[in-house]
Amino acid sequence: MISIEEVKKLTELARIAVPDAELEELRADLDRILDYVGQVQKLAGEKVDRDLPEHRNVFRDDREPHEPGKYTEAILKQAPDRSGDYIRVKKVLEQGR
Amino acid sequence: MQNLTIKKARELLDQKEISAVELAEKYLTKIEKENTALNAYISTYNSAKAMAHAADQQIKEGKQTALTGIPFGIKDNILVEGEYASACAGILQGYVATYDAEVIRRLRKDGAVLLGRTNMDDAAMGSSTETSFYGPTRNPLDLSRVPGGSGGGSAAAVAADLCIAALGSDTGGSIRQPASHTGIVGFKPTYGRVSRRGLISLASSLDQIGPAAKTVEDAEIIFNAIAGIDPLDSTTRDGSVGTAKKVIGVPYDLFGSHLDADVSDVFDASVARLKNLGYEIRDIKLPHLEYGLASYYIILPAEASANLARYDGVRYGLHVDGAGGIGDYFATRGAGFGKEVRRRIILGTYVLSAGYYDAYYTQAIKVRDLIARDFEEAFKEVSAICLPTTAAPAFKLGEKSSDPIKMYLEDLFTIPANLAGVPAISIPAGTVEREGKHLPLGMQLIAPEFGDERLFNIGKQFEANNQTPSV
Repeated sequence: MISIEEVKKLTELARIAVPDAELEELRADLDRILDYVGQVQKLAGEKVDRDLPEHRNVFRDDREPHEPGKYTEAILKQAPDRSGDYIRVKKVLEQGR
Repeated sequence: MQNLTIKKARELLDQKEISAVELAEKYLTKIEKENTALNAYISTYNSAKAMAHAADQQIKEGKQTALTGIPFGIKDNILVEGEYASACAGILQGYVATYDAEVIRRLRKDGAVLLGRTNMDDAAMGSSTETSFYGPTRNPLDLSRVPGGSGGGSAAAVAADLCIAALGSDTGGSIRQPASHTGIVGFKPTYGRVSRRGLISLASSLDQIGPAAKTVEDAEIIFNAIAGIDPLDSTTRDGSVGTAKKVIGVPYDLFGSHLDADVSDVFDASVARLKNLGYEIRDIKLPHLEYGLASYYIILPAEASANLARYDGVRYGLHVDGAGGIGDYFATRGAGFGKEVRRRIILGTYVLSAGYYDAYYTQAIKVRDLIARDFEEAFKEVSAICLPTTAAPAFKLGEKSSDPIKMYLEDLFTIPANLAGVPAISIPAGTVEREGKHLPLGMQLIAPEFGDERLFNIGKQFEANNQTPSV
């Protein structure tokens, strides 16, 4: 049984504001879903051996960058708060730290 | 000129019986007249007419491809440069795509005409297109019913002939299930066959872009145009599969008890049709598939919680002010995510958190591997697997909204193919009657990895063998 405290903590981790009035419904939904998906534990004893392709990183060559500023305007136009060529956000560092 | 297929439209265009501009205008006018009742399209693209002109130019120069001048609907989670793209999510309102998705780049090069963005469930999470920021889409076959989801807009647009074909995305059935509910063809490629660059990510190990089309042949034409290795999507891959034998497996255990009698009859009639085409039908066991839904609803929320962490109101989309920088995140995400999206993100956060990771996520991955192995074992004996796409026809708007599990069960038969990364197609199989309306049902075929062609081959034969049993 998932608790309201656990749900509140999860909303904090996920950075989603959930009004107090909606927490119980969310909790009950999660409970029901976790109950259903918990079925996967029934197969805890099984073993799988599969031939899987090797994970590999794919990088492009570190050369020939595009010309500076080519995409800047198109990208910055999207920003909700913009100051010249900067995206503006609220201060995250306290004074004197 | 009703209900054109790609092939028919190609003939008309090439024989100069209609221009690409005329064809586009015909569809845009139709959308203007008929879309309000359906809400299949969110909006049409500003660049649609320009694309039609470019297509006419391409035809004039004799450089047309199979898709030149063909009008498409595009699911709202696929980026078309210069046009809005929001995945029908509150949190992406106002975002204008800054680049073309790879599939759009390819369609554009081929001269396809993109008409507009089609409706979908919020952030692609849903099986009914009811959670969309823009309101639900209605099923053209019965306006009181859903078209399925998350790609209900694309399916409805094709079914209502508001485009010749559409692109969708399929993470757990979002192309195939709506195809079943609206009586069209829906195809999910082998994972990695089609680039996901420019697809707004839901679950990166499950998402694939695919066609919603009127015929299997049309789906094949579109697949051939959009598939291919993309150096900018490192999950694209190529491969091959052996020659097919004419043996199809049916996992009766998996769905036997779930189907209404008339739905079962339609499926049995489909199997009979395959037999008539010379396929040997074998009862097969896929013993772990019944856990697929549980596995999926751990893996998907986990991946979605990671993928949707990027929506913070800083660089694009919705911004809602909160107390301080971090408060902005809480306020923006609280306002921008619908209930279902929020539910899944929280669920994903839970199953990935220390203390629960092993019990849920690690186990879900193991179940996924077991399912993939079930398929591998089965495909040693059969060349394709056949089962219903959905257990029932389209349900009424609101019917499943109050119970998340009830809604999740819609994808019971479609999810396994996403978990295993194998290709799957839904083809119209017949109809059943509900309250005086004839509602379509889809037959689903699944092939091994890289066996996409097999599905088109069997599908085209199935379509040509033309009895559509109604019950």
